[in-house]
Amino acid sequence: MVERIVTKRFDNVNAHELAEYEATGGYQALRKALNMTPTQVHDEVKAASLLGRGGAGFPAGVKWGFCPPNKWPRYLVVNGDESEPGTYKDRQLLERDPHMIIEGCLLACYAVGLTQCFLYIRGEMAHAQERVAKALNDAYAAGYVGKNVLGTDFSVDIVLHWGAGAYIVGEETALIESLEGNRGMPRLKPPFFPAAVGLYGQPTIVNNVETLANLPWIIDNGADAFAAMGAENSKGTRVFAVSGHVNNPGVFEVEFGVTTFRDIIEKPEYAGGVRDGKKLKAFIPGGASAIWFFDEHLDLPLEKAAIDQAGSMLGSGAIVVMDEDTDMVRAAHNIVRFFARESCGKCTPCREGTTWLERILSRIIAGHGRPSDLSLLTEVCDNISPGMAWPPRMTTICPLGPSAVSPIASVIERFRNEFDEYITLSDRSLIEVTAAGGGA
Amino acid sequence: MSDAPKTDDTDVTVADAEVTEIEAPEVPAPPPGVPITVNGETVHATPGRMLIDACEDAGVYVPRFCYHPRMTPVGMCRMCLVEVDTGRGPALQPSCMLTVSDGMIVDTESEATKKAQDGVLELLLINHPLDCPVCDKGGECPLQDQTMSYGPGESRFIEEKRHFEKPIPINDNVFLDRERCILCDRCTRFAQEVAGDPLIHFIDRGNNTQVNTFPDDPFSSHFSGNTVQICPVGALTAKPYRFKARPWDLTEIESTYPNAMGDRITIQSSRNEVLRYLGVDSDAVNWGWLADRDRFSFESTMNEARLTAPLVRGGGLGAPDPAGAELVGSTWSAALAQVAAALDAARVNPSSIGVIGGARLTNEGQYAWAKLAKGVLGTDNVDAQLGDGIPADVLCALPRATIAEACAPGGTVVIIGTDPKEELGTLYLRLRHAAIHDDVKLIELTATETGLSRQASMSLRVRPGDLGVVADAIVRGDETAEIGLTSTADIAAAHAALNAADQVTVIVGSGSLAEHTALTVEAINAFASRSKVKFLSALRRGNVHGAIDLGLAPGLLPGRTSLEAGRSWFNDKWPTTPAETGHDTAAMLAAAATGKIDVLVLLGADPLIDFPDPELARAGLAGARMVVAVDLFANDSVYAFADVVLPAAACGEKSGSHTNLEGRVSAVRQKVTPPGTARADWMIAAEVAMHLGEDLGFESSTEVTDEIAAVSPLHAHATAAAIEDAADGVLLGNASTGGPARFVWQDLGAPSPATPLDRYSFRLCIDRTMYDHGTLTLSAPSLAPLAAPGSVRLHPSDANALGVVDGSAVRLSSKRASVEGPVVVDARVARGVAAIAHNHAGLDARALIELDAPVTDIRIETL
Repeated sequence: MVERIVTKRFDNVNAHELAEYEATGGYQALRKALNMTPTQVHDEVKAASLLGRGGAGFPAGVKWGFCPPNKWPRYLVVNGDESEPGTYKDRQLLERDPHMIIEGCLLACYAVGLTQCFLYIRGEMAHAQERVAKALNDAYAAGYVGKNVLGTDFSVDIVLHWGAGAYIVGEETALIESLEGNRGMPRLKPPFFPAAVGLYGQPTIVNNVETLANLPWIIDNGADAFAAMGAENSKGTRVFAVSGHVNNPGVFEVEFGVTTFRDIIEKPEYAGGVRDGKKLKAFIPGGASAIWFFDEHLDLPLEKAAIDQAGSMLGSGAIVVMDEDTDMVRAAHNIVRFFARESCGKCTPCREGTTWLERILSRIIAGHGRPSDLSLLTEVCDNISPGMAWPPRMTTICPLGPSAVSPIASVIERFRNEFDEYITLSDRSLIEVTAAGGGA
Repeated sequence: MSDAPKTDDTDVTVADAEVTEIEAPEVPAPPPGVPITVNGETVHATPGRMLIDACEDAGVYVPRFCYHPRMTPVGMCRMCLVEVDTGRGPALQPSCMLTVSDGMIVDTESEATKKAQDGVLELLLINHPLDCPVCDKGGECPLQDQTMSYGPGESRFIEEKRHFEKPIPINDNVFLDRERCILCDRCTRFAQEVAGDPLIHFIDRGNNTQVNTFPDDPFSSHFSGNTVQICPVGALTAKPYRFKARPWDLTEIESTYPNAMGDRITIQSSRNEVLRYLGVDSDAVNWGWLADRDRFSFESTMNEARLTAPLVRGGGLGAPDPAGAELVGSTWSAALAQVAAALDAARVNPSSIGVIGGARLTNEGQYAWAKLAKGVLGTDNVDAQLGDGIPADVLCALPRATIAEACAPGGTVVIIGTDPKEELGTLYLRLRHAAIHDDVKLIELTATETGLSRQASMSLRVRPGDLGVVADAIVRGDETAEIGLTSTADIAAAHAALNAADQVTVIVGSGSLAEHTALTVEAINAFASRSKVKFLSALRRGNVHGAIDLGLAPGLLPGRTSLEAGRSWFNDKWPTTPAETGHDTAAMLAAAATGKIDVLVLLGADPLIDFPDPELARAGLAGARMVVAVDLFANDSVYAFADVVLPAAACGEKSGSHTNLEGRVSAVRQKVTPPGTARADWMIAAEVAMHLGEDLGFESSTEVTDEIAAVSPLHAHATAAAIEDAADGVLLGNASTGGPARFVWQDLGAPSPATPLDRYSFRLCIDRTMYDHGTLTLSAPSLAPLAAPGSVRLHPSDANALGVVDGSAVRLSSKRASVEGPVVVDARVARGVAAIAHNHAGLDARALIELDAPVTDIRIETL
């Protein structure tokens, strides 16, 4: 088993306390970094080739360099609005090791010269909010955060912001809108990146929680040690949340790009195989937005490029396993319903289309399906995401709408027989007889 | 080697020169902008222009719902998706969010585009109730129209549609049907971005998203009617028009609304009844917006209380009143004969004739009455303002700015004596836009915060009475101590801002009724002493700027010339000119009160309500031997004192022209016939002249317009034909084109300091609101309820010191009188100031005004 970087304190139930964190090497990376120049810290992160862990997988060190020169102030925003169904790695990190995230924020701010950081935590994660709030207060009191950190010239403020409960706020521009006090709706692009125009119109770096969690280890152990782990284009480790029909669901840190789906689903130290010895029917490789994978994809490595090539995405690191008993129509409906509920309502195709999809699927499940429904589902999907291709083409501003297309695109061809069963069972004569019988 | 190219060069040069000489006139200049391809045609467009607009410039309409050229694009509806290739292959892009770039290839008719349009329309329609047959928007509905042009033939949606409670009122006049709403964000963006009243918003999310107000907090905006006009479906409807007509039954004409902004409007009517005004997007003026007071004011002209026949006190047709107490219906010939007889008797002594009002007339009506009074009867007792404005000779001496100059990017605007949001709605919208989007610095010097305070780069509180001294200190950079409420630091900051500015526009309102006009003049004087300054008058009454331009003021002749300077010029053109400078309204009323006025003509004027001193107004009206009123309604003054009443035509019932505050003359057009025998004002003047045996020399409104252009050098370009052709009107400007000399600004020197305050007193400020108890507001059923009851507004700390809260009854006492009324606690009012809006029910503060003092101080006692 590979060395754990971000989950190394998960077995220690007191790791969220400052004393325990300090006793297990906490804030040593900060002390070390403060004796380096910011550029050295930045270079170290660049050399580690740390990819963003939020979904898009962009190198963090490079992203930090994207702010236009001479435009100040700029901000660090930590995206802790983890809401993708099946994803719960950031929540675990925030709950179990909040000081590590704070230390990560401090290192990022020091490297890029920022003095203001906003930590945005999803509204529903009450326990994580409490833990982080306590940790932040303790860190302020201990002089790790605030004015003149550890007696140096480096000053930084970290503001904890609790979300109001919208999935779309995981989209970085919507998160910035929400942070500004507006309705969480994605911004128009261009400008494409908050690094150019972000929070309060200023250059803003938005990083995922797990991305920042890697920083203390990288500074402690050096970029070379980090880059020694993982595959050629996926350095270090990565945390995956495995859920669904497995024996041992949970959060697992694995070597990035080397471990395969088969490893993480079947190995006893990870998810431990499909529940009750059943056969695997399908699995979602990277959160609810991803196109589903099947048996033939099990030996793909958990690596961005390979999965992109196979037609899906690694996304937020959520693997959802479905066994052979799973009703694929209901499974697709479950996910479509999530996106329909979470659509912000801005773009017509997403607002109207996702709900329409959900209602057609509900109707099919309720026994009122019609043979034409399958082509209608495909047509509606096509209006949200032309061609239903991967990566999706969009008629919307953000990818939420096209995400709702993924489950339908995944199952409508491969499991057409399951739809047909529902639709055949909804024989009109049967329904009418029932209705007439009820009336008589 | 070096020779050969040289020879070539020489040859080429010679050849080029020849070609240039011969063919240059035929070679078209390269069009501005960069080339883009729209549906296979190469056109030129300015880089940075929105693609949707560039396509429209090229004659290709891209369907849209959310995009509005006067608001920030949001890209919500996705209707304007087109296939665009910027070098990376064609992709669907919203043309309302994409700006033009060199070499862009756009296809608005490709298969992919058409499929996207089909898809978006089908999706928009799945939840849209198809209640078009009972929807007011049916027939003029962008959703309906674009579904016909671009949409699928039928829907495949068989589920139940989304349901909401059918129309809910979001304010007194606007209803919202959320089932019809397609969530385009136009109304909500308008409220937030344009009007600055973010009181409607999206709530809930996804498919349950709806537009609504905050609980218990209505969309109380002065501009709510605009949301109805820009709604692309029938979700927002306005009470005054609901279920009144179908669009295909309406006929329309473009005209100018008679407010001081000269907002461009479309008047729509059916069966000779005006049913709706719509704003016209005029770049120069109102950008398509209208204030609700103006938009819904057509109700007042349609009011059954309108005068439809001449009235004569005592005599008349049908049932004469022998006691002579009542106004009784009469005929035009009888009424005009009576007026003519009185004028004929009075004209031996022209100064016994007075004319008050005229600011609500068209230019033609104003000129006709000016010519009748000054050029035929020879009296100079003519004043369109009722002692509540700015002296006309002062305004005429100032360089006039245009709205565009005031709003030019990076400029500086000083606002004194007005709250544009309350007085000139569309000027407020233009200034707000300029401050937010064009980096225009607003510096306001007012006794209360205004609607623009949040956008102002400096919002200084000035105690009534101190304005002249403060303005002088700001312009000169006085380092003295604070002046009243205005701190030394504020004065220094404003001075620095003014010094840093190049061209400055000063917007001058009429100020508080309780302040002497001389104080406003002092402030104007202070700013006028600066170089590179222009002025924009914010007098609000209708066509008051036309009235001043056309000589409806003592000492003035048409064309902004003085009586003295213009006498010889007009002696050639008019039968006579006044022998001496006449009285303004105050002096006329005073003369009438002492029996020196034989005939007093009220041209759409109500001195009892509008003149600052109601007692003098009453005495003057009572003392005039004969009062002739030309009006739409029997207002208070008319009802109580007029001996002869002549019914006039209102907006939409007459044609001619209108002058706005920047001197823009635009066309006023007739849509419906006036009620009964009411007629245009110029016609009434001509008929009075005819009964006097005189001929004013014109028989149609266009003849009057052309005579104005012929006799007034200022109006030389504003011929009837030119006004008819100019969509944005004809700007008179300041340039003299010969003719008599014009007013020249004369520095009056430094103003005198204001009188000190007694520690316990409040300084009275009588300001104006959009909805007051004016005749036009009260006679429009949809507007009348919006006029709040009268109250005295006090700063919270003052209210606290007095021990009063909202609604507490207080007695206000000045040296002159006492009145009682309720308190409203308002943090926007400066400390030590008691602000009372003019002309609201239950509290007439004019009684308190000490007319000879520059300001009025009052005591406040709790009851």
